[in-house]
Amino acid sequence: MIHHHPEKAKLFVLDDERAHWHDKALWFMRVKRDRAAATVPEWEQLRTAAEGIKLHTLSRLADYLEEFERKATANGIQVHWARDGEEHNRIVHGILEKRGVKKMVKSKSMLTEECHLNPYLEARGIEVVDTDLGERIVQLAGEPPSHIVMPAIHRKKEEIGELFHEKLGTPKGLSDPTLLTERAREHLREKFLQAEAGLTGVNFGIAETGGFVVVTNEGNADMGTTLPPVHIASMGIEKVIPRLADLGVFLRLLARSATGQPVSSYTTHFHAPLPGGELHLVIVDNGRTEMLSEAHRRKALCCIRCGACLNTCPVYRRSGGYSYSYLIPGPIGSVLGPHRDLAGHASLPFASSLCGSCTDVCPVKVDLHHQLLALRQEAGEEKLLPFGKRMGMKLASFVMARPALFRAGGKVARWVLRVAPGLARVGPGAVWLRGRELPEPPAESFADLYDREMNGKPEVKP
Amino acid sequence: MSAREAILSALRASRTEVVAAPAHPAPVKQGDPVVRFMESVKAVGGQAYRVADDAALAAGMAGLPVWSAQRRASLVPGIDGTVDLEAVADPHELADLDVAAIPGEVAVAENGAVWVKGESLGPHRAVFVIPEHLVLVVRAADVVNDMQEAYGRITLPRPGYGLFISGPSKTADIEQSLVIGAHGARSCAVFVVG
Repeated sequence: MIHHHPEKAKLFVLDDERAHWHDKALWFMRVKRDRAAATVPEWEQLRTAAEGIKLHTLSRLADYLEEFERKATANGIQVHWARDGEEHNRIVHGILEKRGVKKMVKSKSMLTEECHLNPYLEARGIEVVDTDLGERIVQLAGEPPSHIVMPAIHRKKEEIGELFHEKLGTPKGLSDPTLLTERAREHLREKFLQAEAGLTGVNFGIAETGGFVVVTNEGNADMGTTLPPVHIASMGIEKVIPRLADLGVFLRLLARSATGQPVSSYTTHFHAPLPGGELHLVIVDNGRTEMLSEAHRRKALCCIRCGACLNTCPVYRRSGGYSYSYLIPGPIGSVLGPHRDLAGHASLPFASSLCGSCTDVCPVKVDLHHQLLALRQEAGEEKLLPFGKRMGMKLASFVMARPALFRAGGKVARWVLRVAPGLARVGPGAVWLRGRELPEPPAESFADLYDREMNGKPEVKP
Repeated sequence: MSAREAILSALRASRTEVVAAPAHPAPVKQGDPVVRFMESVKAVGGQAYRVADDAALAAGMAGLPVWSAQRRASLVPGIDGTVDLEAVADPHELADLDVAAIPGEVAVAENGAVWVKGESLGPHRAVFVIPEHLVLVVRAADVVNDMQEAYGRITLPRPGYGLFISGPSKTADIEQSLVIGAHGARSCAVFVVG
């Protein structure tokens, strides 16, 4: 199975130096996030409010979407609806075709990744240029993003220098981030000036005012929407919030959680097209209504895509974005992917230590590790676990339901660990023991200890 | 059934009990907002200057190295540029603009962000992102503590556009090394008047 998380992760950790480098790079983001959060005394109350606003909105989503559409239309925004990725792509292509657009610039949008928009448009003769620096790097390399906020986090600067040399004709051996960014600026500025349309994602849609907000640090969404006359924005149905003032809560959380910045450089509010231009908004479902219909899955739709759960996750940090079978990696992707298609992503709920750090840093309090645990149970019930794990679970539940057998088994295990520890590495536990040290066998079991201390029974001699 | 009806009816079919919207928490005020704003601007990679009045602003602008560049556009009353934005037909012609000075309506102490409303951008929205350098001008009386307070002051009149700008354009997409000047302005100077 090609997209089995442990198999992919094994390849990632083969390069020990790189695995540690990746781990450290992401932990650095987590530390920055902690520092930024600590500057806001009401941080926890903000998280609670953000969660509450999202849950409230989701409970009345149809009403808010209608209000949003009504007000947006009154503002001169052309609103389109798409049931799935294919319909979204068709709508976008239709808009571009009608105006004869051959060159489009795009700022970051995980939704268009989800819909596979780029290959769809490219197959129809339209040049699509991703303009976020990290996205441009992975686009030139022919790769998907490995992180939702820092798409090229897995690449070293020397590799990016090599890539730019090959694709953009920069001098060989360039690896200074400032120089590389400068080359990318020149290259992309040309693309911005040539573009006939710009596409962006949407961070927040505001029902009350019929507008939407796009956040970037580079200003790429702004270059792409202030020069070409046509702006298309793609928005998942869950992105709407009730009021303009709610942004005060979300924007205090978003950048601090994502990169440790107090706010992003550009937070642009679109409520009308450019003078003489066109502004299209495509509202996309693509499986979201189904996720909303089940109470235990709904909460995953509160996500504001900050990436904090990826940065803190010990499994993501040590296995890299490409070990995950879903396009969004890390804890939130391991929830969203299996919610969409459990059989296709059955290994993802297990790509977690269930330490709960993801839940603790989430700015909207998505109960990530609880959802991961619930998904494991679901995968078990659906018989989606690999044979070894399934048998192991069966054996464990058989033994644990029989106290006498459990005690006897413990005794045997302690004896084996003492006299022939190597045996443990050939049995069914071998997989789990890969890369792990065996513990010193205790002299007695907890039950023996309890009996002795509490009931005055004699010490059991090994 | 149209996609719109399909999505809305699916949502209505599954609608559960309405969850009440929570109140927003009251932010704790942290020190003098103007002092804090100036610190925040520096922390996000910008330069912050406080001037007493409009005359001092004009002097301060004149002393700013980026304001000595050839092609400057000003949208700040009382400050003259060399490029007449009204005479520019197409924003692409602004590609070689060196610097733009733009007035802000609200300034936010906690993050150095300045709210610029659409009408302050003149005829071309691109004027804030396309030049090499940016100068923002705000009044000390318009500095608020935090984003929640800022949204209490923001209105969205025509042309239905506006944004927060916090420091210069930046990226950290290559090995997380912070590089100033990704696509937009390479520097961002903020004057606080009053």
